[in-house]
Amino acid sequence: MAQVTDKRPSVLRSLDWWTIGIYLALLIFGWFSVCGASYTYGDTDLFSLSTRSGMQILWIGTSICLGFVLLMLDDRFYDTFAYIIYAALLLLLFATIFNPHEIKGSRSWLVLGPLRLQPAEFAKFATALAAAKFMSMYGFNIHRWKDFVCVIGIVVTPMLFIVLQRETGSALVYLAFFLMFYREGMPGSILFTGVAAIIYFVVGIRFDAVLLLNTPSSVGKFSVLLMVLIFTASLVYVYCHDKKQLRTILLYGLGLTTLAFLFSEFVIPFDIVWAQLVISAVLIGYLMYQALSTRMTNYMYIALFTLGSIFFFYSADYVLNDVMEPHQRVRINVLLGLDEDLSGAGYNVHQSEIAIGSGGLEGKGFLNGTQTKLKYVPEQDTDFIFCTVGEEEGFIGSACVLLLFLALIIRLIHLSERQPFRFGRVYGYSVLSIFLFHVFINVGMVLGLTPVIGIPLPFFSYGGSSLWGFTLLLFIFLRIDAGRNLIRN
Amino acid sequence: MKDYGLENRKYVIGGIAVVIVVTYMIRLLTLQILSDDYKKNADSNAFLKKIEYPSRGAITDRKGKLLVYNEPAYDIMVIMNEAVGRLDTMDFCKSLNITKEFFIQKMKEIKDRSKNPGYSRFTQQLFMSQVSDKEFSVFQEKSFKYPGFYVQRRSIRQYEYPYAAHVLGDVAEVSLSDIEEDDYYQPGDYIGKLGVERSYEMQLRGEKGVQVLLRDAHGQIQGSYLNGKFDHRPIPGKDLTLSLDIQLQALGERLMQGKIGSIVAIDPSTGEVLCMVSSPTYDPRTMVGRQRSKNHVLLSTNVRKPLLNRSIMGQYPPGSTFKPTQALTYLQEGIISPQTSFPCHHGFYYKGLHVGCHGHASPLTLIPALGTSCNSYFCWGLYHMMSNRIKYKNVQMAMTTWRDYMVSMGMGYKLGIDLPGEKRGLIPNAKFYDKAYNGSWNGLTVISIAIGQGEVTETPLQIANLCATIANRGYYYIPHVVKKVKGEPLDTLFSCRHYTKVNAHNYNVVVAGMRDAVVHGTCRAANRPDYAVCGKTGTAQNRGQDHSVFMGFAPMIKPRIAVAVYVENGGHGAVYGVPIGSLIMEQYINGKLSERSMEEAEMLQNKHIAYGSGDR
Repeated sequence: MAQVTDKRPSVLRSLDWWTIGIYLALLIFGWFSVCGASYTYGDTDLFSLSTRSGMQILWIGTSICLGFVLLMLDDRFYDTFAYIIYAALLLLLFATIFNPHEIKGSRSWLVLGPLRLQPAEFAKFATALAAAKFMSMYGFNIHRWKDFVCVIGIVVTPMLFIVLQRETGSALVYLAFFLMFYREGMPGSILFTGVAAIIYFVVGIRFDAVLLLNTPSSVGKFSVLLMVLIFTASLVYVYCHDKKQLRTILLYGLGLTTLAFLFSEFVIPFDIVWAQLVISAVLIGYLMYQALSTRMTNYMYIALFTLGSIFFFYSADYVLNDVMEPHQRVRINVLLGLDEDLSGAGYNVHQSEIAIGSGGLEGKGFLNGTQTKLKYVPEQDTDFIFCTVGEEEGFIGSACVLLLFLALIIRLIHLSERQPFRFGRVYGYSVLSIFLFHVFINVGMVLGLTPVIGIPLPFFSYGGSSLWGFTLLLFIFLRIDAGRNLIRN
Repeated sequence: MKDYGLENRKYVIGGIAVVIVVTYMIRLLTLQILSDDYKKNADSNAFLKKIEYPSRGAITDRKGKLLVYNEPAYDIMVIMNEAVGRLDTMDFCKSLNITKEFFIQKMKEIKDRSKNPGYSRFTQQLFMSQVSDKEFSVFQEKSFKYPGFYVQRRSIRQYEYPYAAHVLGDVAEVSLSDIEEDDYYQPGDYIGKLGVERSYEMQLRGEKGVQVLLRDAHGQIQGSYLNGKFDHRPIPGKDLTLSLDIQLQALGERLMQGKIGSIVAIDPSTGEVLCMVSSPTYDPRTMVGRQRSKNHVLLSTNVRKPLLNRSIMGQYPPGSTFKPTQALTYLQEGIISPQTSFPCHHGFYYKGLHVGCHGHASPLTLIPALGTSCNSYFCWGLYHMMSNRIKYKNVQMAMTTWRDYMVSMGMGYKLGIDLPGEKRGLIPNAKFYDKAYNGSWNGLTVISIAIGQGEVTETPLQIANLCATIANRGYYYIPHVVKKVKGEPLDTLFSCRHYTKVNAHNYNVVVAGMRDAVVHGTCRAANRPDYAVCGKTGTAQNRGQDHSVFMGFAPMIKPRIAVAVYVENGGHGAVYGVPIGSLIMEQYINGKLSERSMEEAEMLQNKHIAYGSGDR
């Protein structure tokens, strides 16, 4: 057992060098990408501070220093000061709402002389610390309503402040905390319901105007109702452990839907959605009957889920089309990539798909991407950085980057699970959930799979605030992890 | 402390991460390796498409006189990435004859994405447009000293005469909405904004050519792509021949100096517009090149609205020039015959209603009624028509019939002339009055429409067209200002006859009446020994001084010209309308003015009307 006086060397000894290695690899990869994305002809000096690549070196250098400082602090520091740090950052976030400087319609940037900081990037680690502290309190029980509401309050307050700074993308990152809640015991059905709601909304709205082959049915409505059917069947299987019922529901549900589709496609065109609604109604009736006859409340909850799904989807559709003002609708459409605005987001996605596609297997080589040099995409070295990777490093390079991120996340899961205290585990899961969310949204948007939400790719996107923010998140966890074997009084 | 049931959830979370990464890798695989489309697309992005601009079609008048042509001009383009920080700004500004402030301002505007959405540091952006030949020669000598600045050859419009600005229109840079409407256009392109430049934009503009060049990741041109397989030369725009006679137009503009109003002359046998004057006007040569925007602002803020083409946008009460339409309607509907006479004792008196008239013999028949422009005669006519319950079930039906006659004569709706911005005027219908008078009205309520007052309005073009239908004894062609588009047949819209609801023999009675007006009546000043003129004056009452109106055609048999003159606040129709209309007809029929007429023209040109400074 190590002594308290013997702490300093033990930090370096018990530090997780695997994570540090992945971190450094990502930083280096990231720097090359920033070079590729911001390089202009004639600039030969990649290290000059007048270029973005030079500045990024400065950010990387300071981040490493910051990481080192964080490792040198006592691990109890984070535990002790969690609420104070959280309160300070909340105050800063609140003040930022009234920031008079607007950059691209967002008030989230604080300008201090030559420095531009985005407090939202630093609020993540503070929120994670506060949530960890609260959840590690003696007697905390996530199943108790009061506790759960309090911890959600901790997460939602900074989110709200960031929305008020008109930086919705950064605010959405806080949804990542629900993954951590799930690990800490939040019922899986809540996570599932949340994910299902988002999928209904995105799929339903995005493909609303597309018609299914020769039928007059909307692909959006059709797929949402199909998903409702499949989700319901899976829930019956998971919560009522009845394989036979799963088979019955899927067989009849899918069979009737297919029949309706074939009839509409080849005989008389009609809106299949009506057939699906009838099938869903019958299904709900069947589940209610099951609930009454078997006295299993799970059936009732599943029936409620089915009914709620359909109700949610139709009311979202109604709110979007009939209640919202046109400009709000436009914003949501752009978010979903529905508006092919030439100077806006739709254009960026199309261009980034072309850039990535042109990379091929091996890529065009460092600084040789034509797309990233000659094109118009404004967020080339920040939000759309991954397309430079795709173009210049090809499939091999981009796959490597994705695998590095996967390795980081799996390693962080491993580290979190080995924490002796709940504080460390909660914090660790918060960190890895945030990373996962960033990678999921950012890479997905560049690949044209997820809505265009302007959030950075960790360690890749150009900029000091985000790099420092991610370094803080990661190194505080590494420091907590390094102290796991120390025994305290 | 550990809950092993929950610990298993780490596999779920890890599984989510794995699923995401695997999905993305599959997507990468399809984008980068399995699909070829994106590679092709990427190639196309590495092309540099060099645009070659076609020359815009020239415009001539009906006799082949050149009106509008092109002159070379140069656009100065800039590639920001190459220009910044490597330029001797002072020297540059001097050679282009601009101030440093202008330079800084312009560079800022180029970079502003809200004003210039297609901005990129790596492509050519428009710095200054339409630099003239002379200014350019200084710049060209030194251009090697200005890195990042390039020259794009363009052409600007030049005008031979200072006339016909409203018909010719002008060209200017495309607006954002133009680009949205038609993807042929790119920022910096030119488009017709007004007049025939706009309505015949498609024919005049031609088609842009393109040269496809390859470039590498360093932006350098590697040469032509596939030996120019995809290049094509620009196709020049088509030339237009207008139906205007520029000499006639020049005379018209001279005569309208210092007056507000309009002259429209039409060849009744074809519907071709011979002259279209809107006064006040402006010199089209001031609307060219870089001074356009400045002059445009000046004109658009002028209280007399010189940019308004009053010939097709001004909606005026037609006054007594409307009476022939009434005569035709009553005759065709059998309300009157040429022999019917009505009394007139200095006006129309009935049930306490009074419409004034001037002194003349009473009672009188239709032809002298037209000749003396008797208000009473036409009021009686309308009254008998509106209260005829044998023919019409109610006043609404009578009104509907009346309206249909007016519409068939080309009023109440746009005629469809080939110029942008035409207005429709107003012919009220039964519904209009039902609404205005809550359904309780009769012929007397609306009596003033019989003499072209009240709710009725027409554009000068509609008055001229009305005159042409009378000259043709019952039909018209849609008036048009373009006689011919080179290498293209004229729109068949302009070559089919539109018949009115009135028969030719009734027209002959009205023609006789209009002839009577020239020989004995209100337009005696237009009477000539060499050809027979028919005419009708109008004195349209309004809030200020009356408007002076005239419409006429000549010769009486086989008419060659129908003209409408409208002079705002010009007083009686005989004061300005008749002499101006008469001179226009003389110029067109004889090809020149007699010496006496020249003196009269000179006098009319210098007779200015004192308008207030108020808005109009």
